[in-house]
Parts: sequence; C-alpha cells; structure tokens
Amino acid sequence: MSTASVSLKGGRRRGRIGDLVLLGVTFVASAGAVALLVGIALKVFEGAQPAYSRFGLGFVTGRLWDPVKGHFGALDLIYGTAVTSLAALLIATPLSIAIALFLSELAPRGVRDVVGALVEMLAAVPSVIVGLWGILVLGPFVQQTLEPFLHRTLGFLPLFRGKYSAVGLLPATIVLTIMVVPIVASITRDLFLRVPLDLKEGALALGMTRWEMVRGVMLPYARPGLVAAVILGLGRAIGEAIAVTQVIGITLGIHVSLFAPGDTLASRIASQYQGASTNLQLSAIVYLAAILLVITLIANVIAQLIVRRFELQKAGGQ
Amino acid sequence: MSARALGLTTDSRLRRRQFVNLLMQALATAAAMLAVGLLLLMVGSVASRGASALDLNLLTKTPVPFGQTGGGLAHAFVGSAILVGLATAMALPLGVLIAIYVTELAPRGLAMVVRLSLDVVNGLPSIVVGIFVFSVLVLGHKQSGFAGAAALAVIMLPLVSRATQEMLLLVPGSLREAAYALGASRWRTVLGVVLPSSVGGILTGTTLAIARAAGETAPLLFTSSLTANAVSTDPRQPLQSVPLSIFQLSESPDPADHAKAWAAALVLITVVLLLSVVSRAILIRSRRKLSR
Repeated sequence: MSTASVSLKGGRRRGRIGDLVLLGVTFVASAGAVALLVGIALKVFEGAQPAYSRFGLGFVTGRLWDPVKGHFGALDLIYGTAVTSLAALLIATPLSIAIALFLSELAPRGVRDVVGALVEMLAAVPSVIVGLWGILVLGPFVQQTLEPFLHRTLGFLPLFRGKYSAVGLLPATIVLTIMVVPIVASITRDLFLRVPLDLKEGALALGMTRWEMVRGVMLPYARPGLVAAVILGLGRAIGEAIAVTQVIGITLGIHVSLFAPGDTLASRIASQYQGASTNLQLSAIVYLAAILLVITLIANVIAQLIVRRFELQKAGGQ
Repeated sequence: MSARALGLTTDSRLRRRQFVNLLMQALATAAAMLAVGLLLLMVGSVASRGASALDLNLLTKTPVPFGQTGGGLAHAFVGSAILVGLATAMALPLGVLIAIYVTELAPRGLAMVVRLSLDVVNGLPSIVVGIFVFSVLVLGHKQSGFAGAAALAVIMLPLVSRATQEMLLLVPGSLREAAYALGASRWRTVLGVVLPSSVGGILTGTTLAIARAAGETAPLLFTSSLTANAVSTDPRQPLQSVPLSIFQLSESPDPADHAKAWAAALVLITVVLLLSVVSRAILIRSRRKLSR
C-alpha cells in the first residue's frame, strides 16, 4: 500500500498512528453526540430555572399566562396538548395499522411500492405547509361542513357542541393526525413485513381467513413494536409546534368542546418567538420547553428500549 | 335434520367470517387510499393556489412596504440556501465520523449509547432544539444565520448518521478482510475501502436531511427570525428563510400575503419532494450495488 521508498516499519508506524487518529477523531465526534443530548437537557433546565424558582412545580397546575403581571402557568397548555395528541393518536393508530396491512398483505407489489412511497412522502411535507393548508383549506371546511355535521349527528356529546370555528382543537387534531399517520404506518408496515412467513402460512393452513390470521398471528407478534410506534407518534404529536400554532387559535382555556380554540405547550412556545418582554416570561417559555423535553425524552427512551428488546428477541429466536 | 342444521350453521358462520375478512380488507384498502388522497389533496391545493401566484418576482424581488402590491421573497430563498448549506457543512462530516465510530470501531456498549443518544435527539421536538440553540448561541448575543444553521444541523445530524450506519453495515465483511489481507491498516481500510462503498448511503442520508432541514420552521423561530426585508448573505446576521416566510405570511390577514405563501409553499414542496424522491432512488441503487 505504501510507496516502495517507505520501509515496512515506517509504514506500520504510520498505520498505527493513522488508526489512533481515526479512532480519536471519530470518538470525539461520537462523544459530541452524547454531549449534545446531555447539553440540550442541561441548557433547557438551566433556562427554566428562574421560572422554576418563582413558581415551582405549581407552574404545571397554574392557569394564567399574564406577561404584564408576571403570572405564568401551563395547565391550559398541557390540557390542549393532551387532548389534541391523544385524539390524534386515537384516530391515527387504527388508520396506520390498516394502511400497514394494506401495504404488507393486500397490495400487489407494484401498487405497494407506489403507495408506500406516497405515504412516506406525506411524512416529508414540511409542517408549515400542512399548517398553511390547515388554516386556508381545512379551516373553512371544518367550520362550514365538518363541525355542523358532527354537531347534527353526535351533538348529544359535549365534545361536539359550541360555536363553529375555523381554528381550534378539532382542526389541530386533524392536522396532527395527518402528520402522525405516515410515521406510525411506515414503522408498522416494517414490523408486519418481518412476521415470519411460516407462522402466517401455518395460520392460513389451519383454515383461518386472512383477517383472522392478522388478528391471531400478526398483531400479537408485532404488538411490542406497535406500542413503540404509537409512542413515537405520540412524541411527534406532542412536540409539533408550527402546524398547530397555525390552526389552534392560541387561546387559553379548558373546554370540553373540540370546536373551541385552545393552545398547546409547543405552539405557545412558537407563538412567543417575537420576543419576551421580561426575563421571567422568557424563562416561563423555556420552562414549557423543559416540560416538553421531559415528556418526549421519556416517550422516546421507552420506545427505543422496546424496539431494541424486540429486535434482540427476534434475532435471538431465529 | 340435525346434520342439515349443522351444515347450515357452519355455512353461515363461514359466510360471516368471510364477510368480516372482506370488510377488513376493504377498510385497509380504504385507509391507504385515504392517506394517498390526503397527500394528493394537499399537494393539489398547494399546486393550484401556488401556480397562479408564482412568478419570477417571487424569486428575484424583496418584500415591498405594507400597502403596496408586488414584491417577492428573494431574501428568504437566499437565506434558506445559506442556512441549509451551512447546516449540511456541520452535520455531514460529524454524522459520517459518528457512523464510522459506531459501526467500525466502538465497543458494543459504547456504540449502543451513542446510537441511543442520536435516536433520542432525533425524537426531540424541533422547537426544543430551537430553544436549546437559542440559550447557547443567541441569549446574551443576538440572532444569527450561524445559530439558525446550528439548530438545523442538530436536526440533520441523526438522519445523516443513521443512514450512513445502515449502509456501512451492508458493506460485506469480506471486503474488509481482503483489505486487511493486503496488509492495509485499519484506517486505510475504513477510509479507502469501506467508506467509498457506502457513498450511496451517505448521499441518501444527506439528501433526506437536507429535505427535512429545508422545510423546518421551528428551530429557526428563536435563532434566525428577526430579519430585515433585504437580501443578506452574511451568516453573522439573522437570515430569513422560506418556511419562516410561509409561517409569517400565513398568519397575515391579507389575501395577497396568502397568495405569496402558497407560491413559496409550491416552490418549497417541489424541492422537498424532489429531494426525497432522489434520495430514494440513490438508496435503491446503492443497496442493489452492495448486495450484488
């Protein structure tokens, strides 16, 4: 490998030094990745400190957001986050499983590739464009068609009462659903594609219909991975800022009705970007980010651990 | 008689089972069509509303003062290009180095820690990443293109690194062994043999990451958003970006602003979707090459 003039010994030394340099450089970069995660956590908690020392954990149950008087609380935002994300996942999970089943079981090969690629493209649409569509196309549709319809058919539920509005929890939920479905669906499809063929064929040979095979074999086999996929989707929904800011209406309040405007942790942060008037307000914004960070950290670590265990189990079992 | 009854019941049960089966298959198909339909609906809205507002002024002119008509978003297109370029310059080398360490050099436990950290960073809300970079680079100083690019780089890093790792793992062990058998040292093997054969994966990851970063708004809100309405190429100053412009225009009550937002969205979505199609094509090609 080295030129003829370099002695073997020199080449070997150079090789050793090169190995060390490569190891050193790549190690530092990798340590940087770990430090990045730690640094994000430390910095965000540090920034939240002033608000934390002022409001303590009571911030989480406080209901005001008054920059003038310096009172800040996150309960309304946590409520809005929980309602929109959970509702989105409630719709997105069965929808994603159905899409994954179509892609892994029903579609002929050519259709599968095309539809699969299109579903992944849906995930690639920037959230600000989903939000733009959300305000200008989805919003009027929700106000003029969907909410009157829901009120007529399901109006006995308090969820579907109140003034029809183009912005609010319902459009936010729909936007989040659209953003979460492709993520959950593509993970789920990969899970389904890894179900061993002999298990599936065994089930069919016993006389099961395809759906019974799905329910009896594929879903149980993929369950841990499914849980992880849903948690990842939930993390994504909880953290989405831009599209939600555009359609939710940025209003405090805890309403049972999905027609009402609201706000979430992430969208409140995003809507305050043009500057905080006081350091306390700034710190309160960072406190919101810290709450988001804790929730998504927990969700992500759990999901990743489930995925890893699932992979190890399946690798060990075969 | 009992035999006939039995025959009937099994027959109706079978029919019910088959009916449920068909129903579920129809539902699954409908769900997939719904997803595709939504994509087409969204892209269709952007295309039809954007096309009527799209003209050369959008790309070449800067915004005009309130009350006047015309103008464009040249500063945002220039800014986005610089922001994404800088972010790529930060994330690409780091991501590749990390991938080399994790797949080629690291002991198992350490590799797992690094991989888990990156996966978790990937799952963090991008608004939190924005707040982090804001508190490190902007607080006490001021917003800058560098800060925005750094925030985008944090978003890109896990994507680049993951794609590179996946491709490095596909490089056959026999290739490495052949290099060692020729007396090549480890670093020459990695840099001269393993890495070149995984260029496809690196390209895929980078293209995907660029597509993602080009559309990100949240990381830029607190790091590079308070900009002048003029074209700026100086990353020490805050730079305007296309997604941020769309975000701001979409909140405006003025229909002329909405039209500009749709036009900018059309350009952005075209770039993003093209990039993701390209990255898919590269991935398929390089996978085929490696597995041959």
